[in-house]
Amino acid sequence: MSAYEAVIGLEVHAQLRTRSKLFCGCSTAFGAESNTQTCPVCLGLPGVLPALNTMAIEMAIRAGLALNCTITVPNQFARKNYFYPDLPKGYQISQFDLPICQNGWVEIDEEGAMHRVRIRRAHLEEDAGKNIHQVGGGVSFVDVNRCGMPLLEIVTEPDLRSSDGAVAYLKTLKDILMYLDVCDGNMEEGSLRCEPNISLKLKGQDLLGTKVELKNINSFKFVKHALDYEIQRQESVLVDGGTINQETRSWDAEQGVSVMMRSKEEAHDYRYFPEPDLMPIEISASWVNTLRLSLPELAKAKRERFVAEYGLPPYDADLLSSSRPLSDYFEACVEGFPNPKTVSNWIMGELLHALKNDNCKVVDSPMKPDRLVALMKLVDDQVISLTTAREVFLDLFRAQQMPEDFIRERGLMQISDDSALDALIDEVVHKHPKQCAEYRSGKDNLLGFFVGQVMKVSKGKANPQKVNTLIRQRLMNENVQS
Amino acid sequence: MSLNQLTIHDAADGIANAAFSSQELLEAVHRQIARVDDTVQAYHTVLTDPAKTSVLSDKAGSLLQGIPLGVKDNICTEGVVTTCGSKMLENFVPPYNATVMTRLEEHGAVLVGKTNMDEFAMGSSTEHSAFQPTRNPWDLGRIPGGSSGGSAAAVAAHECIAALGSDTGGSIRQPAACCGVVGMKPTYGRVSRYGLIAYASSLDQIGPLTKDVTDAAIMLEAIAGHDPKDSTSATIPVPTIVKALHRDMSEIRIGIPDEYFAEGLDSDVNDGVRAALQVLISRGAKPQAVSLLTTPYGIATYYLIATAEASSNLARYDGVKYGYRSSQSQDLLEMYCQTRKEGFGRETQRRIMLGTYALSAGYYDAYYGKAQQAREMIRSDFETAFQEVDVIVTPTMPTPAFRLGEKTDDPVQMYLSDIYTISANLGGFPAISIPCAMSRDGLPIGMQIMGRWFDELTLLQVAFAFEQETDWHLKRAPISEDSNG
Repeated sequence: MSAYEAVIGLEVHAQLRTRSKLFCGCSTAFGAESNTQTCPVCLGLPGVLPALNTMAIEMAIRAGLALNCTITVPNQFARKNYFYPDLPKGYQISQFDLPICQNGWVEIDEEGAMHRVRIRRAHLEEDAGKNIHQVGGGVSFVDVNRCGMPLLEIVTEPDLRSSDGAVAYLKTLKDILMYLDVCDGNMEEGSLRCEPNISLKLKGQDLLGTKVELKNINSFKFVKHALDYEIQRQESVLVDGGTINQETRSWDAEQGVSVMMRSKEEAHDYRYFPEPDLMPIEISASWVNTLRLSLPELAKAKRERFVAEYGLPPYDADLLSSSRPLSDYFEACVEGFPNPKTVSNWIMGELLHALKNDNCKVVDSPMKPDRLVALMKLVDDQVISLTTAREVFLDLFRAQQMPEDFIRERGLMQISDDSALDALIDEVVHKHPKQCAEYRSGKDNLLGFFVGQVMKVSKGKANPQKVNTLIRQRLMNENVQS
Repeated sequence: MSLNQLTIHDAADGIANAAFSSQELLEAVHRQIARVDDTVQAYHTVLTDPAKTSVLSDKAGSLLQGIPLGVKDNICTEGVVTTCGSKMLENFVPPYNATVMTRLEEHGAVLVGKTNMDEFAMGSSTEHSAFQPTRNPWDLGRIPGGSSGGSAAAVAAHECIAALGSDTGGSIRQPAACCGVVGMKPTYGRVSRYGLIAYASSLDQIGPLTKDVTDAAIMLEAIAGHDPKDSTSATIPVPTIVKALHRDMSEIRIGIPDEYFAEGLDSDVNDGVRAALQVLISRGAKPQAVSLLTTPYGIATYYLIATAEASSNLARYDGVKYGYRSSQSQDLLEMYCQTRKEGFGRETQRRIMLGTYALSAGYYDAYYGKAQQAREMIRSDFETAFQEVDVIVTPTMPTPAFRLGEKTDDPVQMYLSDIYTISANLGGFPAISIPCAMSRDGLPIGMQIMGRWFDELTLLQVAFAFEQETDWHLKRAPISEDSNG
């Protein structure tokens, strides 16, 4: 058992899903050819001025409200000055002493216990471009497509105590931002970037250690690796009697190690000052109220409602509320087929499997809720057996057909007609005289064997409940007769 | 009288009455440039390409239709090199027009050329141009003022009908005073700054340099008004100005601050401005002493705020994307350092250093922070004064134009020539300089009229009333007179 405890705070850069950039009309679409999504403003040409995208303000307020923050009125942009080739103006327009959101919190599940992570601030800023270095060195290029993309930087207090807690926070935060539809949550495309800072302190003591900042972490998986590595590194330094230096370290995912980027002495003096090209942002109370009322139900509330309202097991509720498209899908199905647990079973089983199999998002699912509802009704009405329904699900999922037509065309209707079933039962009974005799002599558990045989002969189309009843009757009757 | 000597409104009359064509007007301007600009050096770029200079727009109705204008070289002109007076941007051709250019083009005005200026608008003499000093048309051994010295000299030498300048601490009004023309800095936010290459964003404002007050009103009406591309441009509507210049001076209370007639003021300037005040008083205006106790803090406040903003605004000139790049570098840091060392002149480097220092960790509160507090006090000082008076009248500059080279080695002396003009930028209110007297050496003297926020109309009315009674605005610099008649 370690004598130390980790103290972790996170800075997350979330790219807001606006259509145009923060200060100009250029597109924010990902993956365009280098330097095609630019204009004099985001190129930082002489004489240009920023014009604020109101949609970014609205998204930042929505995120702030969902994170239980206070909205700062007025808030203000500030210039963060530093030289780098990917920063065309030589300064980044960010926020400093008056961030748009302050003093919030989110509740996370850290190792089975719920607790609050305080949000110190969330501020708007523009993204920088990308430097591209030619392999072998010598030549570098700058792609400014990303310059001016709107970011919300969300900063926690140092309230996390483990790498699992950090991941739980990130997951919760990602869920919230995606639920609000203000961020697409795609870490690989850089829409969500995380920079933890971490220090160790002796357990039971208040005195904090020296903190180290980690950069270049590009997935949730690496967040855990990087933090675990850094906790171990710091602990072994401390155990050996060494001291931790205040520094910024870069995570090398391939080697699985963090390496020193710059020391405290090399830290920039950013010379922040209020951005004179943009007026302080006044936000009316009525606008904030309108946005507050328009906030969607978030994952946690939805999860609790799914348990209370639909009687779902917590596991189902957790999974179905994990994303807004999925929970919307679920509720659309329940509306057409008011048996929540059955709906949940179909979604968690067949639907998610099919989506994963075809690498498809819920919103792009070829099987819309109306088709799943129709399928569940057909099963419920015993038009098709559950077994058959499950077997043909993937084909049905991909087909652009209503389940009735699909089933009819392929002759998959369940056999519920007594005379048809009797014929099948005749066949089975005559094939297995030995088992008939055993059943009649009291081996009741052979009933399942007969049902199974009938299902097999019917190629799964026989109605199992009916088969069950009819076989029981047949064998009983023959027993009486003999 | 040659056509190039006309005012905008006279030229517009002539074109409207078909006394001459706009093409003839343009040709007269070009002849004057060819005759005097080798000496005056008002222009950095003269447009000779007929496609660009010929009168293209047929949109009638504007007084600016076909009027040849000079434009300061820190205002971006699409397809026309815009140097900002700097080696750094020697070959920079903007792919877009400043909003003021778009508006002037819509009025049918014609761009004659780009006028010389102190590098990045930093200076009071146009001697800090990376390319050439501009000479004062009244005395070629003297400075034309700055930083819009090229625009002021071009108007005074009749190398254009009117011009645009920019004013951060007096850079329109001070050269206007030096060259005996009218120069106006509108209220901060009245004219879009989009496309004005920034020196100090919270102080910069574009304005006209013209031959008389009516022309200043015509230019202001054309360029003023909200621009969505400039968040600091005001949404306050622009009133009718040109047709509202006549005003009964007995309705006007004129504030006269002792602090602006203090030690260091040249006696000719003092006498000239006081005599001019008497003209306004004789027309019925009521004089009233006002006190502006924050005046001594103006220069220090200005040179902290302006340089701080400049240190950030000029960071983009790093040799990466456009403009000058040093060939003497092996790595990134060296490229930055060499590029900026070779590309910027001494005064620009001095101000970047000052501003960087003022914003540095540990110094911010003592310098930039304190300067912001002082700025607010200065603004509030004027707000109080403007509750009692409608305009405040002062000299524009403590002395007439000084000699070329006289102050280049003493930056502080150079900075002090802006002492009377700086407050209007710090406070954001409008101010105009008009010719009001001549010194014993035959140099123009300027009178400054300052007014309330967004009340350019009143100060233009006062200036117009003065002009109706006097003929200082009709005096011509010797070099501007065509010896051939």
